[in-house]
Amino acid sequence: MSLILDKVSHVYSPGNAYETVAIKDAIKDVSLKIEDNEFLGIIGHTGSGKSTLIQHMNGLLTPTSGTIYFNGKDTSEKDFPKKELRSKVGMVFQYPEHQLFEPTVFEDICFGPKNLGLSKEEIDDRVYEALRLVGFPEDLISASPFDLSGGQKRRAAIAGVLAMKPDILILDEPTAGLDPKGRDDILDMIKDMHEKTGNTVVLVSHSMEDIARLVDRIIVMNEGQVQFDDTPKEVYKNYKELEKMGLRAPQITYLMNDLRSFGFDVSTEATTVEEAKKEILSLYGKN
Amino acid sequence: MGIIKAQDVSYQYIRRDEEDNIEDISVALDKVSLDVEKGQFICVLGHNGSGKSTFAKLLNALLTPSEGTIYVDGIDTSEEERVMEVRQKAGMVFQNPDNQIIASLVEEDVGFGPENIGVPTDEIWERVIRSLKAVGMWEYRDHSPNKLSGGQKQRVAIAGVMAMEPMCIIADEPTAMLDPVGRTEVIEALHQLNREKHVTVILITHYMEEVIGADRVFVMEKGKVALKGTPREVFSQVERLSELSLDVPQVTLLAHELKKSGLNIGDGILTREELVQALASLSS
Amino acid sequence: MFRELTIGQYYPGDSIIHKLDPRVKLMGALVFIVTVFLANNVFSIVVVTAFLITFIALSHVPLSFMLKGLRAIVMLLVVAGIFNLFLTPGNVIVQFWIFRITDVGIKNCIFMIIRMTYLIVGTSVMTLTTTPNQLTDGLEKSLGFMNKVKIPVHEIAMMMSIALRFIPILVEETDKIMKAQMARGADFESGGVFKRAKNMVPILVPLFVSAFRRANDLALAMEARCYNGGEGRTKMKPLSYNAYDHRAYVIEGLFLAATIVSNILYNRYVSDLFANMLGM
Repeated sequence: MSLILDKVSHVYSPGNAYETVAIKDAIKDVSLKIEDNEFLGIIGHTGSGKSTLIQHMNGLLTPTSGTIYFNGKDTSEKDFPKKELRSKVGMVFQYPEHQLFEPTVFEDICFGPKNLGLSKEEIDDRVYEALRLVGFPEDLISASPFDLSGGQKRRAAIAGVLAMKPDILILDEPTAGLDPKGRDDILDMIKDMHEKTGNTVVLVSHSMEDIARLVDRIIVMNEGQVQFDDTPKEVYKNYKELEKMGLRAPQITYLMNDLRSFGFDVSTEATTVEEAKKEILSLYGKN
Repeated sequence: MGIIKAQDVSYQYIRRDEEDNIEDISVALDKVSLDVEKGQFICVLGHNGSGKSTFAKLLNALLTPSEGTIYVDGIDTSEEERVMEVRQKAGMVFQNPDNQIIASLVEEDVGFGPENIGVPTDEIWERVIRSLKAVGMWEYRDHSPNKLSGGQKQRVAIAGVMAMEPMCIIADEPTAMLDPVGRTEVIEALHQLNREKHVTVILITHYMEEVIGADRVFVMEKGKVALKGTPREVFSQVERLSELSLDVPQVTLLAHELKKSGLNIGDGILTREELVQALASLSS
Repeated sequence: MFRELTIGQYYPGDSIIHKLDPRVKLMGALVFIVTVFLANNVFSIVVVTAFLITFIALSHVPLSFMLKGLRAIVMLLVVAGIFNLFLTPGNVIVQFWIFRITDVGIKNCIFMIIRMTYLIVGTSVMTLTTTPNQLTDGLEKSLGFMNKVKIPVHEIAMMMSIALRFIPILVEETDKIMKAQMARGADFESGGVFKRAKNMVPILVPLFVSAFRRANDLALAMEARCYNGGEGRTKMKPLSYNAYDHRAYVIEGLFLAATIVSNILYNRYVSDLFANMLGM
């Protein structure tokens, strides 16, 4: 399963006379390849084009120019099965409140697989599997999705997409509005799920700290273009450029650079507390 | 007496079924007492459901305590006829930027509060101009709120509260729905108002980085004040904080870890500079 | 899908029409509507047309903008036109199969189309040159007398302005919800009427839940900012008339008078003439 974007641009048509509500973020000349089994982070501030970009990946938006290939097939071809693309590339939007609508969590998660036209048994199997994968508490399965806590709603929403068995799962700011505990729980769950299923996961976020400890590769979007596309460590080396784009490297990156310019003989590569601890301790001969 | 004083305040949410029988009582606040001095910058920390938002609503008389008393500038918030006075003195900024802007034009929204309390037209304009300038949103006065970023919308909301000339601003998770740039904007604006206009600020949040510049911190857990003190005092208790499902800034955590591994570093390191200094003094 | 929505549109500008007090414009719109219905002959239509063209020219709003509003009612115009054309009794002019076109039918059809078009264009001159807030302010003040009969004018005006603020937000939210459900394989395009209606449920439920939540939040935020109904409120932008507004009222009066006079003149001198010419 592979997804290739080749020189994809998207310009929003000048809208109606109504005031345009959000800052529409166009993308220009984006080329990238999403590999199998990858854990990819996409980062960029509001209006950088990241949400436009991900909506191209599952065909919710079509490029104004450029081509998207899914498994080697051009997605703009007339006979390309759009519906299949949407089920193979699952997308969980930022607010779970935008998708939960059935009276119970169980029924809500059935919605996706039902739209695929599966048999009752198959649907049930998939729903239970999805619920297990996201660690949803069993006693809440027949609760109303509107009564759940923020974190549980998020899990239910992710399960609703997982039940369609996508090969690529895109998560748009899955931790927005959660408290630190809720955020860590969700991120751990995503990591766990990635390891268990081997799916490709695309995590969209504006928190560098979150992304640093999870992903293999980071794409930084700025003004509609791919600014960096590399491993986290390589991307964070450009922390000064990141700042100009309204982003920040993890605090640890700054600290290591501070230490180095102060005269300490440390490598500035550490991005997590663990790595920094090792690096500093080795300086004092403890390790 | 401080500008805000809470004495043994409790609050219970009572859920009733259709026949008005009590179905469920949940205690949101449990005998909370605290005192806020005029001009301070206070942070109230806690994870979701710790009771911190209920506390905010009590300060603005949107809720009244089930037990105990809250005084805002000496006024008991449960005195019904003085509710408007309390709300004018203790203005409130909410979490969702969209759901608290009433007018379709930035300047008109800022004028909404003063209109409500019957300020004469000329003075409304003076206040609107002053407040919008104070939060750096003056150039956007004739914009539609829909065209602003989240951080800008929150600054408009803060200006809307400032225009009522409150003694105290209570900001209930004003940054929870913003991106990092917006978060910095809003926290900066609050600090600036505190410094320059001497407004007391009570910032309710779950982001630890936002706490660093505060004068005092209260950490809430299960409706009680679990920890209090200066940011340094609170952050020196890394383990206790993680028990309370809160994390600390990465630098503080790193300093703590280094100390545990045997380096001679003090407690409560808050900034990068402090950690660099501490490490430098070790090697010399 | 919501592109056609034109409620609350405002075309920014600083023409003389833009600057008029909203009450003058509301009254103007009312006068215009009355005259459009009064105008039942060539004379008065000419008078109304002349006024309409003058207003449009003064407003500096491009004509294409005004005509946009018409697109939504084209079907209505066509259907109403056909009914008028074929179903009005009178002197038959053309007849084929079961259809017959009469002289009165032609006249009614033409007048009906002119009236509808003028109504839409004329009222859009008002809405395009007045911000929604000015409009609600104008309504609140003009209808203030209704407070005496216990109609909560202030509250209604407040509701209107809040609705206008939240329509764009909810439109955008609907779009997001649709996308979230489409990502789960929802299909909003195929199927019959019943199926399509059923397919809307996954959009409507989250939309309503969100709208209620927003309403709740907003009520709380308004309360926190000391909102307590219309009583004792002052205005940041109070409405006050200036010389232009007074002149505009006079012009509106003259317009109404001119239409009535042209009707009388037509009935007294011209209609008989026509009748004679047609040999009746």
